[in-house]
Amino acid sequence: MSNEEIKEIISSTLPSATYDETGEWLNIAIDSKDWKKIATECRNGVLKMDFLFCLTCIDWKSHLTMLYHLTSTKLRHNIVVKANLDPAIAEIESVCAIWRTAEFHEREVFEMFGVNFLNHPDLRKLILEDDFKGFPLRKDFEDPINMIKL
Amino acid sequence: MYNQTEIIKDTTNLGPEGELIINMGPQHPATHGVLHLVVTLNGETIKKIEPHLGYIHRSIEKMCESLTYRQFIYVTSRMDYLSSHINNLGCALLIEKGMQIEVPERAKYIRVILSELTRIASHELWLGAMAMDLGAFTPFFYTFREREMITEIMEETCGARLTMNYIVPGGLMYDIHPDFQKKVKAFIKQFKEKVTEFEDLVTNNIIFQSRTKGIGILTAEDAISFGCTGPVARASGVSCDIRKLYPYDVYDKVEFDEVIETAGDSFARYIVRVKEMNQSIRIIEQLIDCIPEGDFVGKTKNVLKLPKGEFYTRVETARGELGVFVVSEGGANPYRIKFRSPGFSNLSALNHMAAGSKIGDLMATMGTLDLVIPDIDR
Repeated sequence: MSNEEIKEIISSTLPSATYDETGEWLNIAIDSKDWKKIATECRNGVLKMDFLFCLTCIDWKSHLTMLYHLTSTKLRHNIVVKANLDPAIAEIESVCAIWRTAEFHEREVFEMFGVNFLNHPDLRKLILEDDFKGFPLRKDFEDPINMIKL
Repeated sequence: MYNQTEIIKDTTNLGPEGELIINMGPQHPATHGVLHLVVTLNGETIKKIEPHLGYIHRSIEKMCESLTYRQFIYVTSRMDYLSSHINNLGCALLIEKGMQIEVPERAKYIRVILSELTRIASHELWLGAMAMDLGAFTPFFYTFREREMITEIMEETCGARLTMNYIVPGGLMYDIHPDFQKKVKAFIKQFKEKVTEFEDLVTNNIIFQSRTKGIGILTAEDAISFGCTGPVARASGVSCDIRKLYPYDVYDKVEFDEVIETAGDSFARYIVRVKEMNQSIRIIEQLIDCIPEGDFVGKTKNVLKLPKGEFYTRVETARGELGVFVVSEGGANPYRIKFRSPGFSNLSALNHMAAGSKIGDLMATMGTLDLVIPDIDR
C-alpha cells in the first residue's frame, strides 16, 4: 500500500494526525490520547498491521516521544507512529491486548523511561532491580559510580 | 530482576493448595546463562512462567550514547555473542545507509560468507547444547568438531574466535587470510560428509522425536503477535527471513530457500535450523569461488557523522531479526540507540508456549527457542 493510501485511511479515523515522509518510512504523529484508537484501526482495519517490530521511547529533554514501528506481514508496508508525552506525567494507553509483544517492551520502557502504561496487565520492572531509583535512559539520569563521562 | 528479600517473602506467601513455585535459574545448567524463570506448578503441570531478566544487563543502549559511530559497533559483539559478526554487520549497514558510503564488492562478498559461517557455528552450538539438555551427550562433541573448524577460520581472518569485530563502516578492517578460501572449502567438504551423522544421532532418534514432537506449539498468529522472528517464527509457517524480504549486501545475488515448517512445535524448530545450515552452505558455495579482487574497505572520513534524523536497519541473525534504530542529532555520537534483539521478543512467547505442558517438556521448548542471555538483557 502506498503512503498516500495509508494517509487517507489514517486521516479518516483521526483527522488531526500529521505526517512526515522525510525518513525511510511514513511517520505519523498523533496525540497520545488517540493511540489506542489508531492502534486498533491499524491492527484490525484494512492496513493489517499485525507485527509491532519495535517499540521504544526517546527523551528529547523537553518531552518524551513514544515510537511504534509497525509492519504488515501480509501487505509488507511499514509505518512509524509517534506520540509526544510530558515527562512529568508520562502516560499512554498500553497495547498489550492488540500486540502481545508489547507486554515485555512496555515493561522495559516503563523502567527505563518512567512511562506509565495504562491498563497494562503486569506493569513491573523487568530488567532492573525492584528498588532501583531513577530512569536510566532519560538524559538527566546521573550515576556517579557506574557512569563514566567521556 | 528478583530481590533477595522478595525471594524470602515469596516462600512465606504460598499459593493455593497443590501449587508450587520453583525458581529455575539464574544458575540452572539448562538455561545456558543467567536466566531466572519463576515457574508456578500445579503438580507437574506448568501454570505460569515468569522470566526475570537483568542479571547481565550492561545498558548497552546508554553506553552507546557516549561512544562514536566507529566505537559502538564493537559493543554489539557482546550482545548476541554467537552471531557477533552479524550484529556488527547490522550496525555497519546502518551507518553506510545513513552516510551513503559505497562498499566495495569484495567486502560485501566476504561479509556474507562470514555471516553464513557464523550462522552455521551458532546453529551447531545450539544443536549440541539442546541435545545435551534433553539427555543426549554425544552430539555435543560431534557438533563442536565442525564448529571448531569455523572458529579457526575466524581466528585466522578476524583475529578472534568469538567477538570478531571485523566489520567497519565501509567494509572490513583488513583483508582475508590467504588460506581463507582453501579452509572454507575444506570445511564445506567435511560438513557435507558429517551432517548425516547429526541426522542419524538426533533427527531419527525415536527418544528425541517423542520428546519434541507436539511440544511447545506456537501458531502462526501467535508468533506474529509475540514478535517472534527467525527460526522460531519460520517453524510456525511465518515467512520472515530478512535476507529474502529486505536483502542486504549480496543476498539478492545468491540462490537459497527460506526454510519454512508449519507444525510450530519443538521438532519443527529443530528441523528449520538443521535445514538452514544446509542453505547456508549453499550460499557459501556460490560465493566462495567468485570473491572479486579489489579494495576491502571503501573511502570514509575519519570522524563519522550521521545526518540528522532517524535510521533503522534490520539483519537476520542466527536467532531472528536484529533491528538497529539510531536517532542522530548530526553529531559524532548517536543521540539514542535501540537494539531490537530477537531473543527478547522470542522469550516473551515462552509463557504462552509452555503453559499447560509438563515441567520436563519445558527444556525442549526453551531449548528450541535458542536463547542467548546477553542478547535478551543487552
